[in-house]
Amino acid sequence: MPEVILNVNGGDNVVEVDPNSPLLYVLIDAYGLRGPKFGCGLAQCGACTVLMDGEPYRSCTLPVSEAKGKIVTLEGLGTMENPHPIQRAFIEEQALQCGFCISGPVLYGKAFVDKNPGASETQIVEALNGLLCRCHAHPRMVKALLRYGKEVKA
Amino acid sequence: MSTAMRPEALSALAGEGLSRRNFFRSAGALIVGFSMSGALENAEAQTATGFPAPTIATNQVDSWIAIASDDSVTAYTGKCDFGQGFRTVQHQLVAEELGVPLARVKMIICDTAQCPDQGVSSGSQGHPTQFGNGALRTALATAREALFKMASDQLGVAVDELDVENGIVFVKSDRGKGMSYGRLIGGKKISLALDARAATKNPANYKILGTSVPRYDVPPKATGEFEYVHNIRLPAMIHARVVRPPRVGAKLVSVDESSVKSLPGNVKVVARKDFVAVAADTQWEAMQAADTLVVKWSGGDKLPDQDTIFGTMRKLPSRDAYAVVANDVDAKLKSAAQTFKATYFHPFQMHGSLGTSCAVADVRGTGANTTATVWSASQGIYPQRDSLALILGTAKENVRCIFVEGSGCYGLNGADSVAYDAAVVSQATGRAVRVQYSRKDEMTAGESYGPAYVIDLKAGVDDKGQIIAWDYEGWTFSKGNRPNATTPGNVIAGALLGFPVPANTPTTTPSVPNSFSNNANVASAYGTGCVGGSCGGTGTVQSERILTHTIASPFFTGPLRSPNRLQNTFANESFIDEIAAALKVDSVAYRLRHLTDSRLIDVMNGAARAAKWDTRPSPNPRNAKTGVVTGRGIAIVFYEGNNGYGGLVAEVSVDQASGYVTVTRIVASNDSGPISNPDGLRAQMEGGALQGMSRALFEEVKWNEESVTSTDWRRFPVYKFGDVLPVVETVLIDRRDKQQMGAGETIITVVAAAIANAIFDAAGARVRQVPFTPDRVLAALAARE
Repeated sequence: MPEVILNVNGGDNVVEVDPNSPLLYVLIDAYGLRGPKFGCGLAQCGACTVLMDGEPYRSCTLPVSEAKGKIVTLEGLGTMENPHPIQRAFIEEQALQCGFCISGPVLYGKAFVDKNPGASETQIVEALNGLLCRCHAHPRMVKALLRYGKEVKA
Repeated sequence: MSTAMRPEALSALAGEGLSRRNFFRSAGALIVGFSMSGALENAEAQTATGFPAPTIATNQVDSWIAIASDDSVTAYTGKCDFGQGFRTVQHQLVAEELGVPLARVKMIICDTAQCPDQGVSSGSQGHPTQFGNGALRTALATAREALFKMASDQLGVAVDELDVENGIVFVKSDRGKGMSYGRLIGGKKISLALDARAATKNPANYKILGTSVPRYDVPPKATGEFEYVHNIRLPAMIHARVVRPPRVGAKLVSVDESSVKSLPGNVKVVARKDFVAVAADTQWEAMQAADTLVVKWSGGDKLPDQDTIFGTMRKLPSRDAYAVVANDVDAKLKSAAQTFKATYFHPFQMHGSLGTSCAVADVRGTGANTTATVWSASQGIYPQRDSLALILGTAKENVRCIFVEGSGCYGLNGADSVAYDAAVVSQATGRAVRVQYSRKDEMTAGESYGPAYVIDLKAGVDDKGQIIAWDYEGWTFSKGNRPNATTPGNVIAGALLGFPVPANTPTTTPSVPNSFSNNANVASAYGTGCVGGSCGGTGTVQSERILTHTIASPFFTGPLRSPNRLQNTFANESFIDEIAAALKVDSVAYRLRHLTDSRLIDVMNGAARAAKWDTRPSPNPRNAKTGVVTGRGIAIVFYEGNNGYGGLVAEVSVDQASGYVTVTRIVASNDSGPISNPDGLRAQMEGGALQGMSRALFEEVKWNEESVTSTDWRRFPVYKFGDVLPVVETVLIDRRDKQQMGAGETIITVVAAAIANAIFDAAGARVRQVPFTPDRVLAALAARE
């Protein structure tokens, strides 16, 4: 099988995969990552979101051969012992229930708030446009992103 | 990079997690179980063999808690957590009742080999069960009483002179005099039967319960470290995908295995009756094989026309049941000063879990020696174990189901079906197998829908406008349900495997109840609920007739968050609002005139006060008939007639040109007895409010003649980021003098009616069909007088 070079969460790796395989399955199966999740496989929900060079992408429809730059998943931001400030904000606000969707709001939120730390609630909701959360923790997620914005500003 | 099995999965597989048996092997411990036998004898047997058995006879899995001589506390519970925080609350309960620090509590949740069989974890039953008589709280009280008795003997003081803090029992008048639980137990091996009379702590004195302990599962979920069932990895595990019939009821003719022979990944095809699946080394390979496999199907059911479904429902053979039947309803309606009638419609809806269902199974051996370990996110791993035994042809003692959280399920999603799928493929291939559904599998052939309803309501009022008769007649669908030991055919995978779907047998005359139960909230809050000489309702209307017709469904149905209670409450709480409006009375004031339950009154007033309810009849006379108008509506429920009170005010804006409804504010009020975790309760109320809004505004299963066409999120729209996010406020009523009730479904139950009532208040247009799409709102606007 062809080899693809990926930089995931800070390390360069060569993986042998079908280049047509969406990035998501490589992250889940070859890397054993738990952050990005399969929700629909259709780029409709956002559960599979990863950052590539700081920008959010739906990894469930992105062929691994087109993945480039520094790929960051939830695991690449921080750990339970040392969470990233945005993860700390979600924990402080208890801003998830089942947590299956959480890659979307955290990573789209990070990409947007990093550039717009003073964003309003309405702007944050708009920036997360299309993401789904079936437990409906939306208000807490927005509060978490507002809290993170304050930290970015400071 | 790692594909290795996680330590927790490894330990579960090896049976090393059966640590309870080890308590007695190594040192002293105190164990509380259902009975005196079991734990102790089993522990001795295992000491003799020196190694724990891989599975335990189900009748020996009976213990609730174990306190060891090293002061560790382990609780075993059969009530799982799906992201609502009940794992955390159960930790709080253990720490509170025993008087030990939270950090000392270890909890083993929902493993059929280790935890007591507590049936299913559903229906807002976590609190009523574990805090009720004869479950976890009683076991904890049993242990504490025994330990206090031991301390009393050793310290030479009476039991009522003792207290406990940080696991140390001390003399109240001399705090320096005390002994830890561990020291009290020492090397002794104490096995206690649960004592139903053991005194539990008075909630008024709670120190740990009643506080917002942060959930244990949030940090690992936010950092990507949490292990979902989707993340379970076993040695040499393969991945499978199912291939479902293209039409409901289609039969398998043939599978062309050669069609996938050239594909990579060591593809294996499994077919049994009408069940088809493909397995391969990786998920991606299994997905491609599933797409490529050539399968021939025949026949299929002709689905009823969706456009005329509600009319069809009235004509089909049905199983009929009264919830209440007073014999004077027709006479009262006839003598009434004024009568009202209306019909309400509710669609089939999906659970629509964000992640598709997934399970991992490792089935070994053949024939009667078949053993199985299944990792599942089901709400019912105990009945799943029993039904899997039937599917796999082995004894239930040979099947172990381990609950691992999945994507939020909100009821009977595809979790049981996919566990069957994984077990059958594992049995056929001799390999450990992981199955995850595609989005379409989940939505069209994985989960069991919440059923559609059509409900006729009639009421009569006297010359003062007081309701004197309430007449409910409803029609709904049913096919399957939660599976139990003998009914794997209750869910789709079991049916495809050839197990019969239990029939919905029509009745000739409706059944009449012996006592009042409002489990489905079919009776309104305003009736006396008089059956068999006793009255269990919350209202004043004595003349009630409540009749439900249940029809065989074209689709599998099952519990969906507030099952049937939501549909019925939409009708009942819309209708009371219609009557109040017709009589030109404020909707809250009118409800008050018909309510007798003070807690229901308080929960309604709590929401109304916090929302600054504008007391006046609806619709708002100041609103124009064109443009964008705003309004407020209220709805209330005593959930299941015994399991939590909810009230909710919705504020909406209605664009009368487009028919587009926006919910701008929700104020929800809840009383479920003593509050275990205020922030956790708020989260449940907020999520229930918004999920209820999504169901009221967007969600409807669609189909054509052959199959369900709601195959993804574009074809089954739901509330999403980018839509207007309403302000959500919560009012928590803490009643420390009452019994704990459920709080997971109170609020979602009342949302649709509150929104419909708000739309009417804003625009004078009554929407009686869920969801309130712009087309339906425009039709209601056009029908205004």
